[in-house]
Parts: sequence; structure tokens; C-alpha cells
Amino acid sequence: MRRITRIATVGVMSAALALSVSACGESSSSSTSTTDSKADKTAIAYDIGGRGDQSFNDAAYAGLARAQKDLGVKGTEAEPSEGESDADKVQRLTSLARAGNNPVIGVGFAYAPAIKKVAPKFPKTTFGIIDDASVTGANIANIVFNEEQGSYLAGVAAAKVTKTKTVGFIGGVETPLIKKFQAGFQQGVKDTDPSVKVLPQYLTQPPNFDGFSKPDLGKAAAQGQLDKGADVVYSAAGLAGSGAIEAVSKAGKWNIGVDSDQYQQEGLAAYKESILTSVTKDVEDSVLNLIKSVQDGKPQSGEVRYGLAKDGVGLAMSNPAFTKMTDVIAAVDKAKKEIVDGTITVKTTP
Amino acid sequence: MKKFDKDRIVLGFAGPVLALVVAFALTTVVLLISNRDPFELYRLLFEQASYSDVQVLIVNQAGTYYLAALAVAIGFRMNLFNIGVDGQYRLAAMMAALVGASVDLPGPLQIFLIVIVAMLVGAFWAGIAGFLKTTRGVSEVVATIMLNSIATSLIAWLILPKNFGEQAAGSNNLTTGDIPESGWFPGLSLGAEAGEIYGFTFVAAGCGLVYWFVLNRTRFGFDLRATGASESAAQASGVDAKKMILTSMLISGAVAGLAGMPTLLGDTHTYSLDFPVGIGFTGITIALLGRNHPVGIALSALLIAFLDKASSSLDQFGFEKEIATIMQGLIVISVVISYELVRRYGTRRQQQKVGEELAAGHALTTEKEAAL
Repeated sequence: MRRITRIATVGVMSAALALSVSACGESSSSSTSTTDSKADKTAIAYDIGGRGDQSFNDAAYAGLARAQKDLGVKGTEAEPSEGESDADKVQRLTSLARAGNNPVIGVGFAYAPAIKKVAPKFPKTTFGIIDDASVTGANIANIVFNEEQGSYLAGVAAAKVTKTKTVGFIGGVETPLIKKFQAGFQQGVKDTDPSVKVLPQYLTQPPNFDGFSKPDLGKAAAQGQLDKGADVVYSAAGLAGSGAIEAVSKAGKWNIGVDSDQYQQEGLAAYKESILTSVTKDVEDSVLNLIKSVQDGKPQSGEVRYGLAKDGVGLAMSNPAFTKMTDVIAAVDKAKKEIVDGTITVKTTP
Repeated sequence: MKKFDKDRIVLGFAGPVLALVVAFALTTVVLLISNRDPFELYRLLFEQASYSDVQVLIVNQAGTYYLAALAVAIGFRMNLFNIGVDGQYRLAAMMAALVGASVDLPGPLQIFLIVIVAMLVGAFWAGIAGFLKTTRGVSEVVATIMLNSIATSLIAWLILPKNFGEQAAGSNNLTTGDIPESGWFPGLSLGAEAGEIYGFTFVAAGCGLVYWFVLNRTRFGFDLRATGASESAAQASGVDAKKMILTSMLISGAVAGLAGMPTLLGDTHTYSLDFPVGIGFTGITIALLGRNHPVGIALSALLIAFLDKASSSLDQFGFEKEIATIMQGLIVISVVISYELVRRYGTRRQQQKVGEELAAGHALTTEKEAAL
């Protein structure tokens, strides 16, 4: 008797597993039709980390916030869950697109497979993806940056400023994207002064993305580089970079920040004097531009590249101590000109 | 045959039900403290779960969780704590994806090959911990945690473009290349709106059946449970405990290797930097919640998958989706406590019953004696 009941339960269970779905027909997005078509709606879906990462996602949010204020669009944000698969991203983008959001922007290369599946189903919606140019379509705008160019300039500045002939590079997570930062930086240093040694170091390997979020990791890595004699440290490590900035600042050495102008960041105000400059990556404007282009009826499509030429990447000039170093600034300006006119080609892999 | 034991069933259900009730009550308190309307939240969760595409996500996720939890449960039954399921399934999925992308066999063979590779790699990775435990007495807890980190680094190295990885033009992702279409596991399509249930979800259900059968209806299963209950007692009755430890570790790893398969064969067809992580750890929660019972695990896998997927769009309605994580945490704490409470209650009840029977029996005999 007991045996039969147990077999029956297992059987019923597997049947329930199979049938529970066919019971309901409505999908999450079919009910939410576009009602208020007057107000333009736009949505961004964040990468792991989400808002509050002091870096990439926050910059995308800043773009959306400005669009809400300046263009009067209604913004929706969606955050991923940890350990989710492409199927979840497909569902997220589908429901955002069906809700009438246009454009729908995926922040980060992880959204590429999902956009590839969803975009053809909504030909009238523009899909933006940041940091990926591998999925293409008439209604897909691939927003990419020449991070290596900005990093090259940082390398030039670092090579000029260093006294110990040793500079450090701290990458958050060892991904191809961060390697572009390293490649540009190293090339910039070597082209300026071949005798300067670059110490590259990554905090974590994917899929462990702690290297973008844990300041203690950045602090320990920076400490190690300082011990090896580095007197300029460039950290491309998101929130973890703030730990490196703290350590380097306390040692009285120079920092180079990343993504936004970290000299002006409130959270780092205590260490701002040590932040020589920052390699900026204008995610904020790229998001705003995309939203604006859709609103103007001329949506961006294909590869939208932000390089030195369009000031999509660059070197921040807000620290007066940096701008006073006229010879350094001159070298940076010269390198910038040469990259823009094509005399220098910056590598994307170290 | 044993009598249908009502007490046992009632007690079996009392644990999880008590845990869920307590967890929901605590969640409500948390929500009230943070000035959120708990009923609106529950309504939203159930509304989300009533949509067909979310249901498909839940079922698919539950299938993945189920395999991971089975792997953990096999260890638990043997009194082994395999925390390494996470590393095992990731390494297995990566190696299987590599092999799958580099060979092109006809349909079923290709899938078979990929699955076998995944199981072997998972078994190998878990086997290292089993080997260390049997030969050098290294705690499997420590060994598997360390192996998780090593797996992460190993995968990161293997997936570099200069080794076995590929980087598509214009992409910032690394993959292992695409598995040819013959290696895609056909799914059960429920229409364009709802999506597709991974075919491997049904394999997962089948694994549950096999798990139940092997543990409860074979000599091996008996040996395994006996060793788990008391290693020395099992050894005394002729079970080779060391061999059992190694074997169960290997099996646990092989099943763990399957956990990446629903996603790999049914959806991504490649292993990339954004392949799902952390399933092994969720599996521990689920095995614990399901009390290592195949049906219990299935129900708890569905519950956790429901919380995961139904909560994923909460932030669009002004709720933080982390609420679901809080709920899961509360469920785990309540489960541990309530199972222990129910167990104590059960033992006391049993003792009372036995005592009553003894007393009654004694009374009977004394009456008889008196009659004599």
C-alpha cells in the first residue's frame, strides 16, 4: 500500500510538472498593452550589480534620469537576479518591449543573446545594447566605446609622472572588456617611456564578479603594487577601485580613476587630491543620445562607436595638480591628436 | 506489508508546513516594518506566477534546481556534505560544451556524448574530494569548497581565447563556440507567447525516479543509507564504508554534472561568461527543504523557482526584488528549526505511546494474573 502511494505521488508529481503550464494561457506581457502612448516610455535593463555600483550601471541610470528630466520620457528600470540565465533576460526584455517601452536598453554584453532573440519580434522597437557589437539588426543599436584609447592617454600620463619607473594596473574582473583598458594603458606607457614597468593585476576571474564590487580586494591589490614600488596606479575595477584609491592615497602616490571623473565623486572626496585624472567612458550621454534619437524619429541603429574623436572616452582634466603639469598635458594632447588622426592605432588586447 | 502509517505522514508534512507558515509570517513582519503592503506583494507574486511565460521559466528553473538538489541529497543521505556541486556543474557544463562544439555526431549520439562528458567531469571533480577523504581523511566540506574556487580559476583559464575559448567579433563575451544543432535537446513548445519547456526538465524528473528507486529498492541504496546512519555499524555488518564514500561522491558529482544541462542543451548551446552560477548552493537549500525525498525536493525546487521568477519583475511595481531572497532565507531558517521541533515532538509522542502501550499491557497482564 505504502509503496503504491509513493509511486503514485512521484507519478503525479512529474505529471504536474509537465501540465502545470498548459493550464494558463495568458503571458505576462499580453495583458499589459500600451495604454498611454502619449508619454514616451523607455526602459533599461541592468547588468549584474545593478544600480548603486558607482560605475557602469549608475552611469546608464544617470543617462536615463537626464532623459526623464530633459526629454520628459517615462523611464522603467529592471534589475537582473543572481545566477539567472538567458531565458530570464529574454523574458525581461520581452515584457519591457511589450509594455511599449522604446528604446529598450540592455546594459552590458550579457544581454547580447537575449537581444538577438527578442529584437526581431519587435521590429518597431529600438533595442540598445552597451558594450557589444556582435548582434546586429535594423532595430539594434550597438553602443561601443574605445576604452583602449582613453586608457592609452592614461598610460602616457602615468609614464610621464612616475618617478620610480613602475606603474600599476588593477583590473576588476579578467574579461575581454577590462583587458582593453589594460592593453591601451600598457601601450601608452611603453610608447612614452619603454623603461617604465607596468604591473598588471586582476582581482577576480569570471564568473566571480566580486572584483567589481569589493573595495577590500582593490585595497589589497593596490597595497601589493605599492610594495613593489609603483607610484601611479590605474584601477579599472568599478566599486572595488575605491579601495585601491584609498590605499594609494594614504601612501601619497598617484591614482588614475575610471569610467567617470572620480576626482569629483563625492564618495571619494577624502582622496581626491591623489586622483591625478580619470579615464572617462561616457555611458551617460550614450544612453541619452539613444533615447533622444528614438524620440526624434531617427533611431540609432548599427554600431554607435564612442571614441576619443567624439569625446566618448577621454581623460578628465579636473584636478588642478594635473593640469599644472604642462609637459604631461602636452604629451597627452599630442597622443590624443595622433590617435584621432590615425597615426597611432591602439591595441585592444594586451 | 506495513500498515499505512498516518502519524508518519502527518509528521512528515507538519515540518514543511510549519516552516512555510512561520516564514510567511516573518516576511509579513519584515514588510510591515519597512512600510510595505505585504498583501500587495503576495498578490503581485501570484499574479506573476499566473502568466504562462513566467510559468515556463519556473518549471525550467525548477528542473535545473532539482538536479542540483538531488546531487546534494545523495551526499546528505550518506552523511556527506557536498558543497562542491556549484563547481562541479560549472566545470562539467564548460567541458561538455567544449566537447559538444568540437564534434558533430548525429542527433541523439551528440546529446548522449555531451551528457556523458558532463557526468564524467562532474564525477571526476567530486571524486577528488572523495579520494582525499578516503585516503587522507580530508573533510569533504573543506575539499569541495576549495575545489569550487579551483574550478572557477580553471574555467577562467580554459575559456581564454588563447586556450579553448572564442570571442565573437564585436563581442565582449567569451564562449566555447556553438554546439551544432544535432546537440540541441528538443523542448516542449507551448506556443510563441509562453516559450519552451526544456526537454531536459523531463530527464530531471526521471532522475528523481531513479534516485528514489536506487535508494529505497536496491542493496546499494540500503548500504548507502546504512553507512550514512552509522559508519561503524555499517562496517561491522560488512559494508565497505570507504568504498561507499567514494562511490556516493562520484554519483553525487555525476548528477551535479547534469545540473548545467537544461540550460546548455535547451537554451544557450554554449558556455559563456554569463552562464548561470550559484545553482549548486541553491541546491543545498532545496535538498534541505525537501528532506532529501524526491517528491519533497521537487516541491521545494518549484517553490524556490517560483520565488525567484515571480519576484524578478517586482522592481517594476515599486518593490525591491531582494524581498524574495529574504523570504528564501527565512524559509531556510524556519525549516531547520521546525524540522527539529517536529522531530522532538514525534519522538516524545512515540515514547508516550510506547509508554501507554506498555502500561496498558502491564495492566492487562496484572488483570490476568489477578484472574488466575
